[in-house]
Amino acid sequence: MRVSRTWSELLGEAESPAEAEEERRGFFSRLRDSLGKSRKALVGQIAAAAFDPGDEQAWERLEEALIAGDVGVRATAELVRRLEERVEIIDLGQALAEEIALMIDRPVSFDLSAQLSVILVVGVNGTGKTTTIGKLARVLHQHGRSVLVAAADTYRAAAEEQLQIWAERASADFVGGEKGGDPAAVAFDAIEAATARGSDVVIVDTAGRLHTQINLMEELVKVRRVIAAKLEGAPQETLLVIDATTGQNGLQQARLFAEAVGVTGVVLTKLDGSAKGGVAVAIAYELDLPVKLIGLGEQLDDLRPFDPGDFAQALVRG
Amino acid sequence: MFDSLSDRLQSVLGDLRKRGTLDEEAISRAMREIRLALLEADVNFNVVKQFVAQVKERALGQDVLRSLTPGQQVVKIVHEELTTLMGAGASGLAFAQRAPTVILLAGLQGSGKTTAAAKLALYLRKEKKKAFLVACDLQRPAAIDQLEQLGAQVNVPVYARRDTTDPVAVARAGVEECTRQGCDVAIVDTAGRLHVDEEMMSQLAAVRDAVKPHNVLLVLDSMTGQEAVTVAEAFAERVDFDGVVMSKLDGDARGGAALSVKAVTGKPIKFVSVGEKLDQLELFHPERMASRILGMGDVLSLIERAEQAVEVDEQAEMEERMLKGRFSFEDFLRSYKMMRRMGSMKGLLGMVPGLGSQLKDVDVDERQLARVEAIVLSMTPQERRRPEIIDGRRRARISRGSGTTVQQVNQVLEMRKQMERMLKQMNAGGKMRLPGQGGRAGATRKATKARKKRRRR
Ligand SMILES: Nc1nc2c(ncn2[C@@H]2O[C@H](COP(=O)(O)OP(=O)(O)OP(=O)(O)O)[C@@H](O)[C@H]2O)c(=O)[nH]1
Ligand SMILES: [Mg+2]
Repeated sequence: MRVSRTWSELLGEAESPAEAEEERRGFFSRLRDSLGKSRKALVGQIAAAAFDPGDEQAWERLEEALIAGDVGVRATAELVRRLEERVEIIDLGQALAEEIALMIDRPVSFDLSAQLSVILVVGVNGTGKTTTIGKLARVLHQHGRSVLVAAADTYRAAAEEQLQIWAERASADFVGGEKGGDPAAVAFDAIEAATARGSDVVIVDTAGRLHTQINLMEELVKVRRVIAAKLEGAPQETLLVIDATTGQNGLQQARLFAEAVGVTGVVLTKLDGSAKGGVAVAIAYELDLPVKLIGLGEQLDDLRPFDPGDFAQALVRG
Repeated sequence: MFDSLSDRLQSVLGDLRKRGTLDEEAISRAMREIRLALLEADVNFNVVKQFVAQVKERALGQDVLRSLTPGQQVVKIVHEELTTLMGAGASGLAFAQRAPTVILLAGLQGSGKTTAAAKLALYLRKEKKKAFLVACDLQRPAAIDQLEQLGAQVNVPVYARRDTTDPVAVARAGVEECTRQGCDVAIVDTAGRLHVDEEMMSQLAAVRDAVKPHNVLLVLDSMTGQEAVTVAEAFAERVDFDGVVMSKLDGDARGGAALSVKAVTGKPIKFVSVGEKLDQLELFHPERMASRILGMGDVLSLIERAEQAVEVDEQAEMEERMLKGRFSFEDFLRSYKMMRRMGSMKGLLGMVPGLGSQLKDVDVDERQLARVEAIVLSMTPQERRRPEIIDGRRRARISRGSGTTVQQVNQVLEMRKQMERMLKQMNAGGKMRLPGQGGRAGATRKATKARKKRRRR
């Protein structure tokens, strides 16, 4: 199993080992804390010590535990199948964590090496897009990038004000638009402003929209098209923000957003609650989409690179 | 008809009649299909277990055995049980003897409280009540601005204070201000909070104690997964909410959380929020929710109506044709009438998950039935069955025959086409939502086989 990812690792920087080590430890225990808070560990539920592969009920309990974590019926069936293929299982919890990690692990890039990179942030209403942008802007700022955030949510009441407050907190530049105006125009202006100022990264906030709303999805396609036309190679990242509390609908969200705007990665937010975020396993399994970042709270530094091993451990061991 | 659960149940139970006995294995396979369908819909797995046991008991009764279509019969039982379960309890709001009535909104972050507050305000205003909004989300950046802007949109006063971080004080002062202004209902918006956040939950309880609301509403995202149960239990314990507002139901989430929450807390669902526009708040309809959870839109009432409206073999024939995506004018007229009786077609098809948003350009004017009927009846039987042969000359003839304009005839032709297209989409959509239904069941069955093998070893 791989070690924890750090921001430096994710951003492809040389890192100071001491710092990274601390980040790692902090992250692991934190994730564990939050995931374990109000939940019995999966392993407790499935009584790992006494696991007998011939025991139908034990398998059922295992399935139930996965379902309870929102992993979904299909990914669960597949995990069970993979476990059954194992010749010998000594520690069921360990074996399960390994299979989950394998299922969700994808080579992850977060390439912001272009002179100006654009990150487009999309998702259904209320998943945590704006907050994630605030946190991400902060991290990038800490890692020496100059960031400009663009309020292309011109629809929701006070969306612009909200992003502006985050921009201040994160020491990022801010470009807004007209209420009810064209979100693509805001993205366009932002890239223009960033180019003029010599910024490194533009992060574009968009209005929450349900993936079933065809007009709004078309609007998003247009935002992306305008970004791509304005700046070659952009957007470098299109992040889909999914609330960890989401059930199987998360799959449909990922499917349709990916179809529309070519999602490059998922941000799984609100993992500080009791939800396991198992739908991310289903998304990786069925749609081959990597999780890149996770949100662990409402504060500025509550955003972390995703680590499959940690996530799987937390999901299984609580 | 269009729905995979009833199809799957039919294939599991189909040969029941031939055997003439109710066989335990077929029933448990059917229950398994139901279990999977409910899990796909995000109903909590513990709730699913209890529920399926209940259904099984009923399914073992006589009606299924004698039915020609045991699959549909079982779906009907499931649907009825779901409806009964979710429908129990008082809907609507409680009003105080002496104004103001206080409504407190609570929920997780991003669940849709602020929007729900504004929607409730508008709803109450339409009911001729003077609503008043109190902004107690002092946590999220610009949450106060958001409520103020929404309040202005619905023309309802908003009480907000930027000089304090204490929501209890703001709530208390807000309700006082509501009384002073002679408003009827104070709606208190609060910050989103995690049910595991002890401090924030105590704070919510304190707000509650301060304003003694007549209605505490939990706002719950329809897309919520298995955790809905934990969340609802925690909020029930700490603030003892009276009912639920399901938000974001305009998407294609199956909304199993509604059942989970009702089952574990016993609290009724009072409202559903079906869009970002502020008038898109509706009273809860348990039977629609049941259809939705079963992934069948409101196709079920179509089945029922069809059963009443047409002979059994005629119905089978119609289903057959619809499944093949063929949709003659005879079918069109029949469904048009059926749908009209059931309410607007837009409303009806809107219940089919994922279809609602595609209906923007399909408008069935319900007062036009007589005209539509006249047009279809002016067609020759051949034209009704094979609409593609209707050319310009035929159109002119039909319009003369029905006393309508060619344009109106064209409209009806277009309507039929749209409906046919939608039916195709519904078929495809069903598959898209639940891809590899067979494959999935197969995977688990394979797994079971592997287990058996292992056991033998
Ligand atoms: N506990 C917790 N709350 C979060 C997290 N991320 C976001 N939130 C909260 O979720 C709520 C919604 O977040 P926003 O950032 O406004 O979400 P959004 O996707 O931009 O919302 P819309 O623009 O309205 O669609 C806010 O109250 C945030 O503080 C997280 O990781 N953990
Ligand atoms: Mg936002």
